[in-house]
Amino acid sequence: MQDLLRRYGFGLTLAMCLLVAFWLVMLVIVPNITLFEQSFRPYLPVTEVGGPKDVYSFNNYMKVFDGDVERSFLGFTFHIPVHVYTFGLTIFYSMVTTVICFVMAYPLAYFMAKIVNPKSLPTLILLLFIPLWVSEVLRAFAWWIILAFKGPLNALLLGVGLIEDPIRWTNMGYTGVVVGLVYTYVLFMLFPIYNAIQSLDTNQIEAAEDLGAPWWKIHWRIVLPHSKPGIASGSVMVFMLSAGSLLVPSILGSTTSQWFTQTIDQWFKDALDWNTASAYAFLLLLLCTVFVTVAMWLFKVKLSDIAK
Amino acid sequence: MHNLRLNLARIYMVLFIIYLLAPLVVMSGAAFNDSKLPSIVPWKGFTTMWFSEMIADQRMMVAFANTLWVAAAVALISVIVGTASAILINSVSGKVRTALYGMMISTILIPGVVIGISTMILWTKMGNALGTEFFLFNPGLHLSVLGQVSYIAAMVMLLVLARLQSFDAGLEEAALDLGASHTQVMRRILLPHLYPAIGAGAAVAFFQSIENFNVTQFTRGGADTLTVYVFSKVRSGITPTINALAFLLILVTLVLAVIYELNRRRRARIEAAREAEARRAEAAEL
Repeated sequence: MQDLLRRYGFGLTLAMCLLVAFWLVMLVIVPNITLFEQSFRPYLPVTEVGGPKDVYSFNNYMKVFDGDVERSFLGFTFHIPVHVYTFGLTIFYSMVTTVICFVMAYPLAYFMAKIVNPKSLPTLILLLFIPLWVSEVLRAFAWWIILAFKGPLNALLLGVGLIEDPIRWTNMGYTGVVVGLVYTYVLFMLFPIYNAIQSLDTNQIEAAEDLGAPWWKIHWRIVLPHSKPGIASGSVMVFMLSAGSLLVPSILGSTTSQWFTQTIDQWFKDALDWNTASAYAFLLLLLCTVFVTVAMWLFKVKLSDIAK
Repeated sequence: MHNLRLNLARIYMVLFIIYLLAPLVVMSGAAFNDSKLPSIVPWKGFTTMWFSEMIADQRMMVAFANTLWVAAAVALISVIVGTASAILINSVSGKVRTALYGMMISTILIPGVVIGISTMILWTKMGNALGTEFFLFNPGLHLSVLGQVSYIAAMVMLLVLARLQSFDAGLEEAALDLGASHTQVMRRILLPHLYPAIGAGAAVAFFQSIENFNVTQFTRGGADTLTVYVFSKVRSGITPTINALAFLLILVTLVLAVIYELNRRRRARIEAAREAEARRAEAAEL
């Protein structure tokens, strides 16, 4: 701090501090505290706000447990509140998306970092970046076209003879959502892993090869452990983006798929009950934070590693 | 055996690129199909009518202009805030640094839905409490700008902070010793060193803002941005005008990518020529 004052003088230092304070206080901390505070208030007509009915309660949070639905899984039938069910499935399918992204990205990341000719690497990266520049809504829309009942995917599969009747892709639960999420976010997995593997000394791999290690053992014992920070940051990114995505589930979702963000959106936009929407948004934030913290603790990575 | 794996890896890479690019091709192709539904099968003949319809679509043009305004505002504010934060965080250490840094980084991970709702609630509540009708406190795209800045500033901060690592603080000392004012030190020494990172940050902020849906969706009030408009079109009856738009956007992206690539290759060639020259000179000296 002394250093800043000496270099840039009182005026500039104050200006910089104020800018940072504006960002962190007005745009991050206070909004989140307001969200938290509002989530305990009931939804009232404007005239009654601040009146005797406007008291704090957990009612908004309790709404999560309303409305039991009957579901069966592996032959067991059980009752579960519909929003809890939605939330559980959102977390589950976000994890599925993360795992699929990892499986798809890891071989390519390794290939790019260790095998491909360094001269053609910039071109390759540029090619990979092109879809990233096209906006998310259009990428989801592209898959909406592809997966349509009379769309190109069914036409292709019918033409090749793999299937006999067209498949309703977008009406198979969460299939469309996961397909869209993977396509949208796979690159957020690829680049962190690529960065991590790139810093691995190729001599280590060659030494292992010379000593007779089979290829899978080289990956299991050398490349994978080394790329752990990259895998962790990619996974956290993909997971948080998937769980927080509203576009992809809204465009590619079926009648039987509901994403937790869609529930929040309905409280906010359809029911106009901002207080309950706040409570749900806070739950999403809280549980995602807990989930990520636990995952980082399990894999022993720090938040600062993720930002790389 | 080794060769087989290598070939498999090459095939996989090609398949991956096809996987990434094919949807874009399908989407672009549908822009030229003479069919009311956006699809490439069945092909009903070539047409450019969706492009003329797109240009006639007033709402889309307004949304497009809005998007550019919002993105420019977000880029400007994020660059200023992000650069200030990077300089500040670079000069503190210990627990304060960890806490500040952690808080800044965590904004990237907050779901957009949460940012959108919290920004909306804070500013409208504040307007109610103050009892004013001042535009800042009503829903609208200016709130989208504030919401987007709250996490995009962190991305700019990271880029600038990385660049600051290679800055030689001795230069500033020298300038101060030679009698430069504080403003001069900032404007003539520190900022010029940071310009590449600031430029990259501005570009990232601009594109992130164009992409943004979640924050905008909750704060926009009645105004449209392109993303929101496309979304509403996709949900209600769509016409292939969206495909025409997508095709044009992809085309712009491709042109920019090709220019970038040609530029890079030209530089690589010059670099290689210089190296060869240096080697020849070295050999001649021996």
